[in-house]
Amino acid sequence: MNSRQDHLEFAEPERYELHEGPFYHFQISRREFVAVLGAGVVISVAVPRAFGQRAGRGGGGGVASLAQRLHIGADGLITVFTSKVEAGQGARTQLTQAAAEELHVPVERVRLVMGDTAGPDDGGTAGSRTTPASVPTIRKACAAARQLLIDVAATAFQVDPKNLSVVDGKVIGLGPADSFRYADLAAEKHAGVLKREAAQGVALPDAGQWKILGTPLPRVGAIEIVTGAHAYPSDILRPGMVYGKILRPVSYGARLEQIDLGAAREMPGVTALQDGDFVGFTAPTSFEAEQARDAAAKTATWKKADHPSSDELYAHLRARVADRGRTDKKGSLEEAFQSARQVLRESYNIAYIQHTPMEPRAAVAEWNGEDLTVWTGSQQPAGVRQGLAQSLRIPASRVRVIVPDTGGGFGGKHSGEVAVEAARLALAAKKPVSVRWSREEEFTWAYFRPAGVIDVAGGLNEQGELIAWQHVNFNSGNSAIGTPYAIPSVSTEFRPCDQPLRSGSYRGLASTANTFARESFMDELAAAAGADPLEFRLRHLKNDRLRAVLLAAATRFGWREAWKKNSARQSTGIGLACGIEKGSYMACCAKIEVNPSDGTFKVLNVVEAFECGAIQNPSNLKAQVEGAILMGLGGALTEEMRFKEGRMLNARFSRYRVPRFRDVPEIQTILVNRPDLPSVGAGETPIIGIAPAIGNALFHAVQMRLRTMPLRTGKLQVA
Amino acid sequence: MNTDVQFILNGKEQKVSTDNRRSLLEVLRETLKLTGTKYGCGEGQCRACTVLVDGKPVASCQLTMDEVTGRKVETIEGLSIGGELHPVQKAFVQEQAMQCGYCVPGMIMATVGLLRRIPKPTRAQILEGLNGNICRCCGYVNLLKAVERAAKSSKEPK
Repeated sequence: MNSRQDHLEFAEPERYELHEGPFYHFQISRREFVAVLGAGVVISVAVPRAFGQRAGRGGGGGVASLAQRLHIGADGLITVFTSKVEAGQGARTQLTQAAAEELHVPVERVRLVMGDTAGPDDGGTAGSRTTPASVPTIRKACAAARQLLIDVAATAFQVDPKNLSVVDGKVIGLGPADSFRYADLAAEKHAGVLKREAAQGVALPDAGQWKILGTPLPRVGAIEIVTGAHAYPSDILRPGMVYGKILRPVSYGARLEQIDLGAAREMPGVTALQDGDFVGFTAPTSFEAEQARDAAAKTATWKKADHPSSDELYAHLRARVADRGRTDKKGSLEEAFQSARQVLRESYNIAYIQHTPMEPRAAVAEWNGEDLTVWTGSQQPAGVRQGLAQSLRIPASRVRVIVPDTGGGFGGKHSGEVAVEAARLALAAKKPVSVRWSREEEFTWAYFRPAGVIDVAGGLNEQGELIAWQHVNFNSGNSAIGTPYAIPSVSTEFRPCDQPLRSGSYRGLASTANTFARESFMDELAAAAGADPLEFRLRHLKNDRLRAVLLAAATRFGWREAWKKNSARQSTGIGLACGIEKGSYMACCAKIEVNPSDGTFKVLNVVEAFECGAIQNPSNLKAQVEGAILMGLGGALTEEMRFKEGRMLNARFSRYRVPRFRDVPEIQTILVNRPDLPSVGAGETPIIGIAPAIGNALFHAVQMRLRTMPLRTGKLQVA
Repeated sequence: MNTDVQFILNGKEQKVSTDNRRSLLEVLRETLKLTGTKYGCGEGQCRACTVLVDGKPVASCQLTMDEVTGRKVETIEGLSIGGELHPVQKAFVQEQAMQCGYCVPGMIMATVGLLRRIPKPTRAQILEGLNGNICRCCGYVNLLKAVERAAKSSKEPK
């Protein structure tokens, strides 16, 4: 798995997506399949595709008939199919609301089947796209189903469909003795109507008319979670299932030269497999599989490869800047810098961090004839299916991937390594296999949020106005690289680097890095101009929506009074930051306190205002904003992957500090509702402001500027 | 080299024939098929695997089976009785104290353990009791509300 090439593509500037070849290059022979499956049996039927074919990439608009989207049960329960997955962000609840809203049924009558490749493909769950793309898709399909119910009833009872409506799943407007409900569509005489093409042009009500969307519907599936009954991918049990463990390289880039699997194979119930670089073991328990792996590992010899240390990371990146990338220019930067009274230049460093979802990668693979079913936690079920087909060299039509509601993703579960590992081992063991990565594996072998170096320069004129802005991002992504401030001459540039760690998506990935650099630097410019950081921003801000959240946060925080009162050197400091990402608007104010005796500091309180158009579920939105602020606290203060000689030095929670209960400051969220505007996603953007707000507060308190994420110096440590 | 390990699981005698070096967590999940208790880190740092042993919250990944012999183990599966949710489970539902929910069984067991020891904990005691439990969705605001709600309804021992 070390020979693969990582490619980053920037077709969509919003994404920083991992594109790589197969994780493993297997040498599976046809003979092995025959051995497993029994000679002479050729099964030509593909995985049952009860709910239709795969639609076009990502859009979801390719679903041709309602039958692919909806199933109506004789009991009146309506099942809605989507490839979107639930990983804690609330998609299940929100899409249930969307369906119930348009079907005109109570939410209890809607059930969502998510993340199953046997259903329609609405694309992966990423980029905050569920709200702007999938909610409308589901709503349109459900509105069409409602119209169909009306049309069928109108024909059956010979009435004008214009006089009919649906309330509580029942057609209203029929004769007093007549009744027609969704369950009646399931009756045989109406079978087939759902196969019709979805009616076009059913109007969707505006946010002002919503009855179910816009309400704080509690999380669907809460009872299963609090009772421990919900089966996450790592909880899936199949008859005869065994447990798998993989031998990992001793360091990044190390190639296996030699290994003796003899001792492992002698252990009872153990299957040991070597296929190219892949070495894996299965046993009736994880303990036995680990023993087999450890016995084999003792016999392995490796050829190690050079790998840089995290101590030299930023110089390493600067020395390996790729030719590709993207530059955007406005005005004449050179002239503007020349005419400026004051020019500032600074650099900001962004560390590699891990997503560390509570549930590490897990998959159960089961072969049935030549058909493969894999249950796994992934944000990209269709991508995992493709990866399985490619690695195992079988048609994708024979692979079904099912994603049970998963224990966290945060952009970290776009890849399907664990699914491939389980499938390969299941082929060897001739039994269903569960592979669950350990926390150390998750920290070491999952992909990372990319590290980066950001150079920013700004020019101020005589009046203290920003007239020139340059922002160059090396490796940490292009999203939100543009400044939201009105500056006459601007140049932004993103250049990927040949980087030492496998990198991919993360919650608000590039925007976090770019917003940290920009909002920290805006603070530096405000100080140079002798201005209140709030007034300095407002002076350059023409965007009404961003101004609105900035003023909302600052007002609630009491910024102006606090700034006037607290202008001298002190133990507390206040800072703010704002930004736009994925169509939503965020402003964050923070207050910190420094302990002068030991140089530690802590975050006392945070006020964040957020606006994402019409709010579809206020309680879920509040939870997402709070969760993002607190998750962002980790990246701001403590999280950083450290490595040396190809090994992670802190691949465990005892050495990689993530936010805990005691770190929680007082948090106030202001959710700005704009029912007049389309809804956009909210799982990512609220994370981007906390780091620069804290960094700026630190400068305010002790005049020390920290230009790294996490904010760390030798002197100042996090309490 | 399996040995018979006997203990009390959710109020009932339980006998398991197993290698007694295996962790309680693995035996619960793989041998007894009680998957409500979650693996999170394997080093007792995240407490997703919290169960009660003799009434006290313990990271089940840190306990080997030979240490479990003769002891009373309670898991999330044993908490609700006759379909009725335990008051702590109810509080978690009422406060929507879950995002992905993977940490929730461990959080609930830690809370049950805390409230048995201190029925009316202060805020500081709650932070002390729960600080070992990690939620990566960082849903700490609602989790704290849930623990506080559960504490309100918990009774002083008579």
